[in-house]
Amino acid sequence: MTSNSFQLGGTGFGNDKAPSTGSGEGDFTNDPASSGFFSENFKRHEDLKAMLDGNKDNLKLDAMKRIIGMVAKGKDASDLFPAVVKNVVSKNLEVKKLVYVYLTRYAEEQQDLALLSISTFQRALKDPNQLIRASALRVLSSIRVLMISPIMMLAIKEAVMDMSPYVRKTAAHAIPKLYSLDPESKEQLVEVIEKLLGDKTTLVAGSAIQAFEEVCPERIDLIHKNYRKLCNLLVDVEEWGQVVIVGMMTRYARTQFVSPNQEGAGEDGKNFYESEEDEDEKEETEENEDEPKKKPYIMDSDHRLLLRQTKPLLNSRNAAVVMSVAQLYHHCAPKSEVGVVAKALIRLLRGHKEVQYIVLSNIATMTVARRDMFEAYLKSFYIRSSDPTHIKLLKLEILTSLATETNISVILRELQTYVTSTDKEFAAATIQAIGRCASNIAEITDTCLSGLVHLMSNRDESVVAESVVVIKKLLQMQTTEHKDIITHMAKMVDEITVPMARASILWLIGEYSERVPKIAPDVLRKMAKSFIDEEDIVKLQILNLAAKMCITNSKQTRLLCQYVFNLAKYDQNYDIRDRSRFLRQLILPAEKGPLAKHAKKILLASKPAPVLQSKFEDRDQYQLGTLSHILNNKTTGYKDLPEWPEEAPDPSVRNVEIPVPEVTTKKSERKKATKDKSFYSESESSSEDEDSDEESDDSDEDEESEEESEEESDDEDESEDEEESEDSDIPQKNNAPPKQSAPKKAPKVEKSESEEEESSSEEESSSEESEEEKPPPKSKASKKKPAKETKAANQNNTDLLLDIDLFGSSNGVTSSGGTQGSILTPSMASAMSNLTISGASSTSSSNFVQPMNIPLKSYDLLNRMTGNGLGITYKFTRTISVFSPKMVSIELTLTNHGESPLSGIKVGKKTLQPGMEIQDFPEIASLGTGASTSVLMAINFNDTTQPAKFEICTLEQTFKVSITAPVGELLQPHTMGLQDFTQQQGKLKGMTENTGKVTLPKEKSDAKSVVTNVLTVANMLQVPSSESDTVYRFAAKTMSEGVLVLVSVSVNEESANIVVNCEKMVIGTMLLKDLKSLLAKS
Amino acid sequence: MINSLFIINSSGDVFMEKHWKSVIHKSICDYFFEEQGKAGSPEDVPPVIATPHHYLLNIYRNQLYFVAVVTTEVPPLFVIEFLHRIFDTFEDYFTECSETTLKEHFVIVYELLDEMLDNGFPLAVESNILKELIRPPNFLRTITDTVTGKNTGVSATLPTGQLSNVPWRRTGVKYTNNEAYFDVIEEIDAIIDKQGNTVIAEVQGYIDCLIKLSGMPDLTLSFINPRLLDDISFHPCVRYKRWESEKVLSFVPPDGNFRLISYHIGANNMVAVPLYIRHNIQYREGSGGRFEVTIGPKQTMGKVVENISLEVPFPKSVLNLTLTPSQGKYTFDPVGKILTWDVGRMDPTKLPSIKGNISLQSGHPIPESNPTINMNFSISQMAISGIKVNRLDMYGEKYKPFKGVKYMTRAGKFQFRT
Repeated sequence: MTSNSFQLGGTGFGNDKAPSTGSGEGDFTNDPASSGFFSENFKRHEDLKAMLDGNKDNLKLDAMKRIIGMVAKGKDASDLFPAVVKNVVSKNLEVKKLVYVYLTRYAEEQQDLALLSISTFQRALKDPNQLIRASALRVLSSIRVLMISPIMMLAIKEAVMDMSPYVRKTAAHAIPKLYSLDPESKEQLVEVIEKLLGDKTTLVAGSAIQAFEEVCPERIDLIHKNYRKLCNLLVDVEEWGQVVIVGMMTRYARTQFVSPNQEGAGEDGKNFYESEEDEDEKEETEENEDEPKKKPYIMDSDHRLLLRQTKPLLNSRNAAVVMSVAQLYHHCAPKSEVGVVAKALIRLLRGHKEVQYIVLSNIATMTVARRDMFEAYLKSFYIRSSDPTHIKLLKLEILTSLATETNISVILRELQTYVTSTDKEFAAATIQAIGRCASNIAEITDTCLSGLVHLMSNRDESVVAESVVVIKKLLQMQTTEHKDIITHMAKMVDEITVPMARASILWLIGEYSERVPKIAPDVLRKMAKSFIDEEDIVKLQILNLAAKMCITNSKQTRLLCQYVFNLAKYDQNYDIRDRSRFLRQLILPAEKGPLAKHAKKILLASKPAPVLQSKFEDRDQYQLGTLSHILNNKTTGYKDLPEWPEEAPDPSVRNVEIPVPEVTTKKSERKKATKDKSFYSESESSSEDEDSDEESDDSDEDEESEEESEEESDDEDESEDEEESEDSDIPQKNNAPPKQSAPKKAPKVEKSESEEEESSSEEESSSEESEEEKPPPKSKASKKKPAKETKAANQNNTDLLLDIDLFGSSNGVTSSGGTQGSILTPSMASAMSNLTISGASSTSSSNFVQPMNIPLKSYDLLNRMTGNGLGITYKFTRTISVFSPKMVSIELTLTNHGESPLSGIKVGKKTLQPGMEIQDFPEIASLGTGASTSVLMAINFNDTTQPAKFEICTLEQTFKVSITAPVGELLQPHTMGLQDFTQQQGKLKGMTENTGKVTLPKEKSDAKSVVTNVLTVANMLQVPSSESDTVYRFAAKTMSEGVLVLVSVSVNEESANIVVNCEKMVIGTMLLKDLKSLLAKS
Repeated sequence: MINSLFIINSSGDVFMEKHWKSVIHKSICDYFFEEQGKAGSPEDVPPVIATPHHYLLNIYRNQLYFVAVVTTEVPPLFVIEFLHRIFDTFEDYFTECSETTLKEHFVIVYELLDEMLDNGFPLAVESNILKELIRPPNFLRTITDTVTGKNTGVSATLPTGQLSNVPWRRTGVKYTNNEAYFDVIEEIDAIIDKQGNTVIAEVQGYIDCLIKLSGMPDLTLSFINPRLLDDISFHPCVRYKRWESEKVLSFVPPDGNFRLISYHIGANNMVAVPLYIRHNIQYREGSGGRFEVTIGPKQTMGKVVENISLEVPFPKSVLNLTLTPSQGKYTFDPVGKILTWDVGRMDPTKLPSIKGNISLQSGHPIPESNPTINMNFSISQMAISGIKVNRLDMYGEKYKPFKGVKYMTRAGKFQFRT
């Protein structure tokens, strides 16, 4: 005992000396004293036990720390179990915590003793402190002793109902633990999971889904009711939960929705406006993010919801989240939308090398199927000498897959520099990559071949060997003769020592011996000489060569052949002996057999060329982003992604108590309410302030936002009141005629445009609220709806008056906005745009943003010949599109030159670049012979000059057409003062500035024609200037992103200097080009 | 998900292990060592290794391997990202994550690992929450602990942040000086070919913050030219919708250091390359060869380029280099065959250069290709992309914080092919 206490003192001393460790654990400190006595492990345990049995907390803590040190190191500390387990009741929190850690580690080995601690946990489960409750449950469930599984079950069931979400989260984690311990409890656990899935807090969601995935992934039916909630919560769930949820959703989508990539499903027969409306409403409720609105196939709204809600996650800082969204898009999104993930994946390539490795492997698989997706990012896959080898190889793989006729020269140049790498494995892989490029792209095969032949004189043997092998493959594919190459290779047999390469050369010579009749026998002679020293693989090829030579040129080589066969007969390797026996019988038979006659046919049959393809070709059988995909092997627990069902299962299962239509009602009310507010209320500005406040709080509803939400709910009450009164006014009209929905549509769009930003986000928060908090009784709502809508239409129309006014005046239309309804159809809107032209010319000095000059030039969209009588021309109206301010309005003039009336003309399938959108024109029911009509459509070109490709369908035929907007049409005029202009121009110096000089033709050097010319080219606005007349400035913004575009033209007698400033360099340069060409034209 | 974690040092010792489910013996690491033996350098170890019953996912940072063992299908990035997060947390707690610091603070390490994962699934990962649960080591505290004899590294109550909608921020923050600092850091990744043409140049940018603000501040950061940022990843605190609609960063910040956003400006935009080099590297049969490099400014926007250093990995057959630099110092590591030239600041009137002889090992063939030159430099007070912070507004609190923004550009993976 005395010696014990002495040592205890020693421990304490050690602590004082090394205070930062807080312990005297030998292996972990530099303190020589403590490490000295700790090295005699066996006896020291007695000492630890004594410390634990004492009643001083700090001694216990020291002891526990040392024990944990042993656990951490992986040393066996199980014999201390009885001493430790007693301390589970310790009041000291840290001691307790460390005891917990110890318990979870050793309970499995000391089951009987572990049971002693259970009652403590059971008591702790009732503790008022949520942290203690949670950690008790955590430890209890981590004790892997089958006997306590009923206790665990009870504890879990209780914890699921706990007030604290933290405890519920812990319960979710405990479920898989219990399941792995006792699989028979599954049924009960599934019930618990079902309860947890209904939890509304973001904290629990991720863990609940994880439990679901581990215990009952096949019970997809449990998800239905929670699907929409999960989608909406997703953004706020913590990162790790997001990964799990998105993973589960991928599987869900694959079982519950139909493939978005099938051809032409649901394209026709669907009312244009109806589908439009659905889409729109969703768009407005969820977020004001631009996404292609319409698909030729009608996507399930829930499917769309999933895709939309996951898209923001691509901006997550967590690579795993980005990857999971990427695989969701890869497996579940329409082809045209998958492109959005490329950028995010490329960003991940800047991460740690392990992240790069996984991401590159996935990209490699994706490039096999969708090359175009990553083509733009080619340079991101260029290899640095500092990359680890496995990353280099993956990048090489991707580069090869991305090679096309257009970029092959760049890629080849890049590959050339890799060949000289000091990393030999990589250099060899590069040569293979060149071979693959050469075989895939016929144009460059010859270049590659000569390059490879050049490489054969490389000093490095592995490079040479690899090139020989690749050349062999390439020659085999080529039909043309390459006598020189074969000759060259034959000469190299002496120098090359790598067996594989030698074998390849011999095979080549044997195969094409008639092309090099002089050399081949010589090679055989040399080989016969060195036969015994060769590697097995080379020997086999020598035999092959000898046999083939003997057939084609038996006069010269028969003896040689016999000699080789004799040598082979006594070889050590049985393969070689077998081969020689077989060939001898075939070629030099003792008696003429039936086979010998066909020897030539057998040996010199034309062989199929090898196919060089990506190693990742077959990886797409695995779901992207999985472990199985990385290992290219099915891992334990991997389940194949199910195929799309032929027909979608009943979507209504996802409806929660509050069905969707009701939400819509609520929404339209709400929308109107806000509208009303801004319309009727005292001051518009105040309401706007409010809006922005609300918006800033929309994502998280913490205490601060309470005020706002209160206000909001007030608003809602208001709106409800109002609505009620309306209800009483208007008799019920349950079936509104379908036609009526048409006029309704336009105002809605109109409105959303005018107050796009405030209203949409606000609506969102409100609609969410209404969904969750105040579900009004269903019957009432559904009755309300139709009446409401007609009313809303009227209401909207009056509102619209205001809008028209705004809209009209901004377009220079005086009061000729027409009747209320006139704006409602796009074709009428086009009529209005014509009005605008006249208006503009009369009030050109007006300060409003308006088109200054409308080009009358129209372009051919569809020739009457190719269109079978249907001719379409289009022109840019330069009005602000009624559909979205980001869209370019285009007026189509359709003329039927044919002999029979056309009917059902509408826009068909669209193939758009990512970010582009088309607002179609309404279907033209019929177009008589010789008749012509104008319709308005709008395209968001996303500030690119890429063509928007789509189809025009008539009932009988479809025509593929494309519209390309000249860069000047992608702009909208922007008002600007001179000072502002110069300031902005100053900011856009340098690379964003493009300058050019043109000589003006005499008759066009005056101020007016220069201005007109510029305005003809581009939809800009002249900046009023006070200075000398020789500098003309114009300003505009791009349609979709609102990037500033500034043009200044300074005229100097007969020449003009044009300066274009724009952040988007493409736009800048193209605009300059257009300006130059038009100004120079006489 | 994650079954066990082993931490292995560079000499192959498993010095720490932690199990979240059944114990897996550390002999499983033999599979890892086998792969490690095959790999040429530590970086070449494949991140995912399959063994008959388990899968090993590993990361390599600061000469430590973190090896996670999983038994079933799991998204590999999930595990890898998490291992990196563990490493970052350790670094955050102990300022450096190395074998020594981990061994020194093994109790905290163990408590952290226990708190971060439950049943192999992440539980509390946000640094602000962890720091409330388990206090980081602190010199002052260890002294008071020793004096008073109390030692409480763990908290008795659940951090309120864990339950709120802002789990990244701890509550009850109080400072006497309220400060918010933003560092805009941009790294240029570039490959420049033999002729001096830029093969690829990209910018990877970060905004790192140090926020010491009391209460629950709600910050809004706006840029003069936000359009430059079209490929961003956000800290979870940033409100995505505000960015989408208004291009401002609106957020309730975590307390302390954190990375607000990181962004990528791709090769499609033109990126200025601030420096060029002229080089002449030749190997000659027998005698050895010449080595000559001169550095010059290209597009430095009038700023001084500092901390320039070159790193040239030579092939194995190079024996030694005898060089004379016009400024700075050079070292040649004869084992790793790496030449490092510490140039320092660049004076544009006198371009730094280095020249001398290469001696080759006799009997070896002369190398076929010239080495690539890796360059490092930094330019302060400038972000190469031209991004500029416009203003920072604070809502929700009454006091006036002190605000500061710093810009810096430095070389990322900046390579010259020669």
